[in-house]
Amino acid sequence: MSNQMVKGNTAVVIGAMYAGCDCFFGYPITPASEILHEASKYFPMVGRNFVQAESEEASINMVYGASGTGHRVMTSSSGPGISLMQEGFTFLAGAELPAVIVDIMRAGPGLGNIGPEQGDYNQVVKGGGHGNYKNIVLAPNSVQEMCDLTMKAFELADKWRNPVVVLADGTLGQMAEPLVFPEKAIEPKNDKDWAVKGNAETMDNLITSIFNDFNDLEDFNFKLQEKYAKIDEEEVIVDEYQVDDAEIILVSYGISSRIARSAVDKSREKGLKVGLLRPITLNPFPVDRIKELSDKGVSFISVEMSNGQLLADVQFAALKKEDTYLVNRMGGNLIELKHVLAKIYEIAGLDEEIDTSKRSDEKASPNIID
Amino acid sequence: MNDKEFNDKDYELQVRRNPQSLLEEYPRKGTNIQSTHYCAGCGHGILHKLIAECMDELGIQERCVMISPVGCSVYAYFYFNCGNFQTAHGRAPAVATGISRAEDNAIVMSYQGDGDLASIGLNETLQAANRGEKIAVFFVNNTVYGMTGGQMAPTTLIGEKTVTCQTGRDPDYAGHPTHMCELINTLKAPVFIERVSLANPLKIRLAKYAIKQALTVQKEGKGYSFVEVLSPCPTNLKQDVVSAQKFIEEQMEKEFPVKNFRNNLYTKQPVQRPASDFSTESLDKIFNVTRDGDSGYVDDEINPVSIKVSGFGGQGVLSAGLTIAQAACAEGKHVSWYPSYGPEQRGGKSNCSVVISNETIGTPVVDDIDILIALNKPSLEQFSQDVKEGGTILYDAHIGEFETDRDVKVIAMPCVDIAEEHGNARTANTALLGALTELGDVLKRESYENAIREMFASKPKVIDVNIDVLHAGAEWIKNNS
Ligand SMILES: Cc1ncc(C[n+]2csc(CCOP(=O)(O)OP(=O)(O)O)c2C)c(N)n1
Ligand code: SF4
Ligand SMILES: [Mg+2]
Repeated sequence: MSNQMVKGNTAVVIGAMYAGCDCFFGYPITPASEILHEASKYFPMVGRNFVQAESEEASINMVYGASGTGHRVMTSSSGPGISLMQEGFTFLAGAELPAVIVDIMRAGPGLGNIGPEQGDYNQVVKGGGHGNYKNIVLAPNSVQEMCDLTMKAFELADKWRNPVVVLADGTLGQMAEPLVFPEKAIEPKNDKDWAVKGNAETMDNLITSIFNDFNDLEDFNFKLQEKYAKIDEEEVIVDEYQVDDAEIILVSYGISSRIARSAVDKSREKGLKVGLLRPITLNPFPVDRIKELSDKGVSFISVEMSNGQLLADVQFAALKKEDTYLVNRMGGNLIELKHVLAKIYEIAGLDEEIDTSKRSDEKASPNIID
Repeated sequence: MNDKEFNDKDYELQVRRNPQSLLEEYPRKGTNIQSTHYCAGCGHGILHKLIAECMDELGIQERCVMISPVGCSVYAYFYFNCGNFQTAHGRAPAVATGISRAEDNAIVMSYQGDGDLASIGLNETLQAANRGEKIAVFFVNNTVYGMTGGQMAPTTLIGEKTVTCQTGRDPDYAGHPTHMCELINTLKAPVFIERVSLANPLKIRLAKYAIKQALTVQKEGKGYSFVEVLSPCPTNLKQDVVSAQKFIEEQMEKEFPVKNFRNNLYTKQPVQRPASDFSTESLDKIFNVTRDGDSGYVDDEINPVSIKVSGFGGQGVLSAGLTIAQAACAEGKHVSWYPSYGPEQRGGKSNCSVVISNETIGTPVVDDIDILIALNKPSLEQFSQDVKEGGTILYDAHIGEFETDRDVKVIAMPCVDIAEEHGNARTANTALLGALTELGDVLKRESYENAIREMFASKPKVIDVNIDVLHAGAEWIKNNS
């Protein structure tokens, strides 16, 4: 049968392997360890690579190296380990390397405990490492999705050359549900023209996040933001349950959304018009849909196992004002007065043209890396 | 190319003897693309050339991947004419591991300074060495953090002055110089370990020989090689060429003896790694997926049931719950199984929730229980309050009397006795499952039987006794209710 009772953590490994993941690097931590155990068992059975790394810093850097060769690669961990990986996330984003990272969240801060929580939302969805980057974040809420969204994560990582995090929690990892296996396995072609494989064809390639020239780095940063804007446009996935006539909408992801769904059913039995909006992608976030519902006058309740981290995004989306603006520079360049003024004049409707096309050559610090 | 026809450039290269494995010009550098970014007299430039010459001589240029670290050699990729990576501070050995595992044929070089390798990246360094990764590590020991302005490094000599030990390194406050070759030589896996010096032309030639051996280990896929290079940093040590040479020979070489520590190049066998298999057939085989039968969910109308199984760890609580879930799964029902969370210890409390439904299940954690199966007293007392009106409590009769004034059906079952009658006390949980088959019409008996066969697939000896006990449990409940 292609329908088996499977634990969430095992489903992640199944999804990864059917997605053609070639290398798994990881370090033990409850409640994510089972992913490591299962990977250590199954990857070598089909000649694929498994390394138990010495730390999460090492795991994510092994991911960086293996991803740079163009292979599909992954790691998994939980809060304390994900915190350690943040350096790697920003390097992956800076070098535009695809990678899949599974976070089976536990309770914090600090060592906290091993119970389920959703407190990693900010560090995963908002970035967490330094620099102007974002991860793509997928939030499964069933064993089936633990498998399917892990597969999807590999697809998105390759498509956008970006790290993708599957954000789940201890409950989803531990519980078992029927899993309908993927229809067939993906045999990756590894035709990525940027990869460094140690052969004649790829000798000219370079994997790096360094841009010495401030303007080059600023251009790269703008290019990243364009990529994220496209991701916002194309990749939002949201699951709606009883939303159409709802006056109160629960917004929730992961295991919380399962409980929220039960709450919707119970409330409906009492005649209350309650619905559930479940973002499956946390980044990109379903901002437009929430704004649309907000304009209809619904109330939102963020149902989350964290201190309003999700709520803040719901609030932002609900209030999303048309008239907020951004003036920014990146790459090591200072804000220039003319940019600020230009935006002010534009908003004020002042008919004064300022030429902002030329970038200043003033540099605030010498042009070195260290 | 016709080797008789030299144009000017070839002639110049002949004279400069620029190895092919270094670029002729350095366009990645941006400005002044004829010269390196290194200070005059710096050891990095010399070492680059030695490595590149060895790459040429061994004919491995195309297979090579150079890793630039963080440090003055952060821009090694300006110069090396091969695949290049740049990495985070100290993480090069981990990155090298990833590259080497993914591309077995690649020759991976991790080029690192002493701050990078022996301080922030010491763990990665030792662990990659200990795993015997197929990588060559070139370790530039210049006793300082060159790039950041000459701070103390792990390798700074006792008494040596730097900007962060301005009166000289004092071992009582800052410890002693780190000896990386000696440390790595305590590990079993490395194939080749040598310390060399760039103090004078003769020593440079000897250094090249060691580098070539280290790369030969890689060419032949034999494992880990490590070359420590005592190298001048005239800028930070405020030395001219002569005093830099003197410093290396008279002070560094005393602290860091120049010698070969290990050379197993000729005895070590290559490390073989298999090719990856991505086929659906192979995966289906390891996960026991059969594709002929029907799959997916069956849409029978059933009333959702919430079951809680509870007891001590080691009483088979979790596996009993899983057997129920497995049976439901085989019938195409929606089902969730959720274990009590945390490290389960023998003798500790243990429970699991099973929800069976014909539609998507909301919360998998059961608070309103339809059927409680209790194998010990504490859990019977704890969870009996959560059983719904009209629900059922099924418990091990050995627990003793249990009464409730709520509208709940209470059944005390001699499940341990039934199990013992069949010669295996550990099957008491199965006897309770047998009772369950008669209690409702949610799942078919044979589904439980099949689930038991699957659960015990790895211990075929206990399958029959469990199925017998299942039947006995069902019989008992028919005769006693
Ligand atoms: C995480 C992090 N910490 C600190 C730095 C700053 N940094 C850049 S180079 C360097 C020291 C490098 O010294 P070494 O490895 O000895 O190389 P050298 O320049 O001497 O060749 C440091 C601390 C950094 N880039 N990243
Ligand atoms: S600072 Fe020292 S190590 Fe760095 S380039 Fe100059 S001489 Fe070389
Ligand atoms: Mg140094």
